[in-house]
Amino acid sequence: MDPKDNKVNQTPEKLIVTSSPHVHDTESVTKIMWIVNLTLLPAAVFSVINFGLPALVTMLLCIAGSVAFEAAIQYWRKKEITVSDGSAVLTGLLMAMCLPPSIPWYIPLVGSFAAIGIAKHTMGGLGHNIFNPAHIGRAFVMASYPVAMTTWAVTRIGKEGDFSGAMGKIASLDVVTGATPLGILKQQGYQALVDSFGSQAAMYKALLIGNRGGSLGETSAILLIIGGLILIAKKYIKWQVPVVMIGTVGILTWILGGKVDGKLVLFTGDPILHMISGGLIIGAFFMATDMVTTPITTKGQIIFAVGCGVITVLIRLYGGYPEGVCYSILLMNAVTPLIDRYVYPKKFGSIPEPAKRR
Amino acid sequence: MNLWKEFTKGLIAENPIFRLALSLCPALAVTSNVYNALGMGLTVMFVITCNNISVSTFRNVIHPKVRVPVYIISIATIVTVAMLVLEAFLPVLFKELGIYLSLVVVFAIILARAEVFAAKNKVIPAMVDGLGMGAGFTLGMVTIGGIREIIGNGSFFGYQLLGSWYHPPLIVILAPGGFIVIGFIIGAMNLSEKRKKEKMEKTAAAGGNI
Repeated sequence: MDPKDNKVNQTPEKLIVTSSPHVHDTESVTKIMWIVNLTLLPAAVFSVINFGLPALVTMLLCIAGSVAFEAAIQYWRKKEITVSDGSAVLTGLLMAMCLPPSIPWYIPLVGSFAAIGIAKHTMGGLGHNIFNPAHIGRAFVMASYPVAMTTWAVTRIGKEGDFSGAMGKIASLDVVTGATPLGILKQQGYQALVDSFGSQAAMYKALLIGNRGGSLGETSAILLIIGGLILIAKKYIKWQVPVVMIGTVGILTWILGGKVDGKLVLFTGDPILHMISGGLIIGAFFMATDMVTTPITTKGQIIFAVGCGVITVLIRLYGGYPEGVCYSILLMNAVTPLIDRYVYPKKFGSIPEPAKRR
Repeated sequence: MNLWKEFTKGLIAENPIFRLALSLCPALAVTSNVYNALGMGLTVMFVITCNNISVSTFRNVIHPKVRVPVYIISIATIVTVAMLVLEAFLPVLFKELGIYLSLVVVFAIILARAEVFAAKNKVIPAMVDGLGMGAGFTLGMVTIGGIREIIGNGSFFGYQLLGSWYHPPLIVILAPGGFIVIGFIIGAMNLSEKRKKEKMEKTAAAGGNI
């Protein structure tokens, strides 16, 4: 939805002349943004329980920074200050979900400046940005502070499900760090990853519930999927996008992900591990379905989702980073205008033109 | 012809980097600190001035059909001289600038000034134009280099300005930082120009009413 429409509705004294369709509905940018925020909340709350106070601080700094930069820039540009529409809050929250739990205080602030100042307002503000602001913020701090951004705190919840995890035991330490599942997979291989959880079933369970190291939003696959299902039920996002993106990753990792003694053996990979680990779930449900930076038509969105999946797998299996969801979505954002140019919806009632003779 | 005007136009109004948007490659690649930026800027200033003089001197002898190869030979000769001088007297800078020194031969701004100005004007104006454009290029390089070094490294000319409390975002001295900084400077210049124009129009309108 174009934010301009919203603005027009606020001045009813003027006669509005617009082209069809004339839809009367209570939906607005503000309402959609706040509902998306709410659907993210369960996963956010769980990651605070999981990683403790540093996670909450990171999250609040991201949100406060985004809102403050948005208000400051809009005030400076003498525009209407629209921080109450929730889009800056959403950017901050989504960016926090892509960051490690315990990072120095300045990283969220630098990231929110990059997200709001560089990715959003240099393009003209809400509705005009080419790239997903939250992911630009994350990529910006990833390139700026590579050491801090790859230091992962371990969870407070232990293997038994109580607070006997590493953080609970050694309470006198600020933070205890460990590798993320995808990091172990990249550096030590699949068997080492399974061993670190005990068994394959325990690994899947830990990944689904969220009891493992990683970014704030990489934690609980189940809570994120519930949030995503609410968005699908409300018709804010199309089910095709997350299904196709996660499916592409699953199929490609099943075909290409398996290795025996360091040699590639086709069709032996572990698709479930790749589908529920890393930032894929949050990326597929909340980032690849962004209204501004993704194609307009359903067909275009499916092409977008396939592209995201393919690039994610390429980075995960062959690239230098253990995780590639952020970069895959940013790269596909760049080709969104191209997809929109070539993918048209079929006109209602039209007859396909006979092929022209040369 | 007003020589002073020929000189100053290169500084802001027709600044090679920010206004003509030529030679952005060195402006991105060697501006991660001020020292390299200044070295590259002065080298280009030398090359552009000498080349303008040589092109302007021989402008009536060069056949138009072969002018570009002739210009390139002239530029390449001067660049070779500059490289040998730098290698002999400033070996550290020579090493830092590396491949970009030889690339000066194909910098768009140098060929552009030869084609647009030196080939049509007398020697003295051509020299002044070269000096002005070179100075504008150096100014642009030092501005970008200064901003990137201060933000990305907390230092200026190698002198540590900001203490250990400052955590520089590395990206500013990496390639993307160059694009972002140049973009912001061009944006700021456009904004200030727009504000100036609006102010002038306002005063003009007010004057008309009286």
